[in-house]
Amino acid sequence: MTASSCRASAHGCDGKYRKLEEILQEYKGVPGALIPVLHQAQLLFGYLPHDVQVRIAEELDLPLSEVYGVSSFYSFFSLKPRGKYTVSVCMGTACYVKGAPALLEKIRETLQIEDGETTEDGLFTLDTTRCVGACGLAPVLTIGDDVYGRLTPEKVPEILERYRQ
Amino acid sequence: MKLFRAHVLICGGAGCISSGCHAVKEEFIRELQAKGLHDEIQLIETGCVGSCDLGPIVIIYPEGVFYQHVTPEDVREIVSEHLLKGRYVKRKMYRHPSSGEPVVTSREMDFFRHQTRIALRNLGLIDPERIEEYIARDGYFALGKVLNEMTPEEVIREIKDSGLRGRGGAGFPTGLKWELTREAGGARGEKYVVCNADEGDPGAFMDRSILEGDPHSIIEAMAIAAYAIGAGQGYIYVRAEYPLAVARMKQAITKAREYGLLGKNIMGTGFSFDLEIRVGAGAFVCGEETALIASIEGKRGEPRMKPPFPATAGLWGKPTLINNVETYANIPVVILKGAQWFSRIGTEKSKGTKVFAIAGNINNTGLVEVPMGTTLRKIIFDLGGGIPNGKRFKAAQTGGPSGGCLTEKDLDTPVDYESLKAAGSMMGSGGLIVMDEDTCMVDVARFFLEFTQDESCGKCVPCRIGTKHMLEILTRITEGKGEEGDLETLEELAEVITSSSLCGLGQSASNPVLSTLRNFRDEYEAHIREKRCPAGVCTALKRYEIISDLCKGCGLCARVCPVQAISGVLKEPYLIDQETCSKCGLCLSKCPFKAIVMK
Ligand SMILES: Cc1cc2nc3c(=O)[nH]c(=O)nc-3n(C[C@H](O)[C@H](O)[C@H](O)COP(=O)(O)O)c2cc1C
Ligand code: SF4
Ligand code: FES
Repeated sequence: MTASSCRASAHGCDGKYRKLEEILQEYKGVPGALIPVLHQAQLLFGYLPHDVQVRIAEELDLPLSEVYGVSSFYSFFSLKPRGKYTVSVCMGTACYVKGAPALLEKIRETLQIEDGETTEDGLFTLDTTRCVGACGLAPVLTIGDDVYGRLTPEKVPEILERYRQ
Repeated sequence: MKLFRAHVLICGGAGCISSGCHAVKEEFIRELQAKGLHDEIQLIETGCVGSCDLGPIVIIYPEGVFYQHVTPEDVREIVSEHLLKGRYVKRKMYRHPSSGEPVVTSREMDFFRHQTRIALRNLGLIDPERIEEYIARDGYFALGKVLNEMTPEEVIREIKDSGLRGRGGAGFPTGLKWELTREAGGARGEKYVVCNADEGDPGAFMDRSILEGDPHSIIEAMAIAAYAIGAGQGYIYVRAEYPLAVARMKQAITKAREYGLLGKNIMGTGFSFDLEIRVGAGAFVCGEETALIASIEGKRGEPRMKPPFPATAGLWGKPTLINNVETYANIPVVILKGAQWFSRIGTEKSKGTKVFAIAGNINNTGLVEVPMGTTLRKIIFDLGGGIPNGKRFKAAQTGGPSGGCLTEKDLDTPVDYESLKAAGSMMGSGGLIVMDEDTCMVDVARFFLEFTQDESCGKCVPCRIGTKHMLEILTRITEGKGEEGDLETLEELAEVITSSSLCGLGQSASNPVLSTLRNFRDEYEAHIREKRCPAGVCTALKRYEIISDLCKGCGLCARVCPVQAISGVLKEPYLIDQETCSKCGLCLSKCPFKAIVMK
């Protein structure tokens, strides 16, 4: 199974699966290892492919249903491939009061996608979050690890453009 | 140790990072090198100073001169004027809001002057990545004192006498919780200490700032707690949205181990304790203690029935002490300065200070720590500098999605656990969102309900289905489709959800609706009966009209309207067809004669 999905996907896949095995060995026997392992796996693959979940279940000695149950419970885990950059609009209270909805609308319009969707070129996935802790600069937007504060809808296209290069 | 003649502190809090403080730091490094000053002047990146909207912030000691909105282009001037010639750079200093005069140090600014900093004592003063700086400010002294001079019972007595209560929401007496956990399952059994750093309240960021700006204070406090209750292992549960906090905490744990302050045989006393970080995965309900425990165990973060409380059956069924970040941050100070000192601050039933994260429609956003019992008016208008753009104060939300709104009439109430509850809100974690007159309270209630509905774990039917039903009604009202009887239905649903939900999320989910209904019922009624949003927020209820007296008939509006809703003859007043109008507001912004109004 591992090999077939590898053939289908991009280069460097083997390395990822090898790394996954290392992670699994590291966490084997650690109490409560599932969530840390899912975090690492998602970091590695960008999301949690089905065969990865299967390996995790086998190695941590858990029913697959539990691995799936946990992966789907937490919004941070994604079961679908994601774009290269995740564009996240903070919809926390501070940001909401300071105009986050208009910001979100502008991004939807600029990228032509709805929340949770990925652009056709695979570059951006649009998401909302609940407070990234930069409320003093609301409204806030994060793209990958970058945080942008004090935004207005007009600034959106230019910021997104920087990631297209 | 090297001696420096001056220290340049750059705020590295989340706010300042997004305002570009790292570029400023780079420039300082270059400039100090270029001027050959790097041996006399030390550059330090600190945790959050607190006044996020003034960032990037640079503070230069020994004088403590406060520079705001510093850009890389300002650095050369600051170095050559201030650091070389001793002349302050007036144009980058904070200006007093009424006199317009430059203010030299933060001690003279209203935002800082009224604060009493206990939990935030080191924020903005030390480099969080250097354990030596924490130690230089009495860090790990409390742990030393506890391990060498106090019995666990004495530690618990001290915390109990201090009157410290949990800062994570419910305000449960901390010392009592420690005592219950110590007594549970015998003194020798396996126990755990947990730090709740899930900080779910959207709009609160004090826990994040403490973890990032003073991580050792949490390690020290957790070690003290472990000694007091008899635990050997601790967990810090940090939300996934805070990667920097996770990194800083990891680094601090490694350093503490190197220094023999964590691990086996701490300070040679025979006491052993170690810490592990667990990262959340984006579920608000995991801030609830039993859900958090389930999450550390690697399960779905669903709350369970209490009792048994974590104190008796927590992590892996063992007695577990769980406290919030800010609660822990107070502990070393209580131990060093004593319960008596601590209990002199605050009100009769709420001792010490509380950190508030002020955000929303307010001039000075950021973190403030004030004695319990400070009035809302003082927090919002003195420290917070009031409402921007000459707008009127309308409401302040405390307690996040579980809390309620406070209005004009509550401004002079001394803020503590009891008074907020009496006012129909709650302390929560200390998020304080200020809203001005342009805020629609029905929309705010809908926003909070959307939040709780989305975050409900789904275990209890009333919470899962009831909040959904409430949200549907609220959405209808904001869309102008509200009906008579809706408000009564909302109140009935609220009662059922509150009384039959398992955890605090469901039990308090209706609070924002009930409190806005109590304080702003007329606004709800205007939406339902007159199909009007008094604050002009709800898009579906907006109406754009052309004032015929002001309209010169230029036709610009008709040309910009994307849906051709405007018609007319040149040089004569134009008209908007309400049926076609999509309420985009483009015409309003384009009219050169201000002849278009939104109602
Ligand atoms: C839905 C829900 C969310 C909560 N979120 C948090 C949180 O993010 N941080 C926190 O410290 N406490 C949170 N709590 C409170 C915890 O259950 C618990 O009371 C607290 O961590 C105890 O620490 P303290 O006594 O030091 O306040 C939450 C409670 C509920 C019901
Ligand atoms: S009240 Fe809501 S969030 Fe809490 S356990 Fe029940 S369904 Fe889950
Ligand atoms: S509410 Fe958006 S960063 Fe906190």
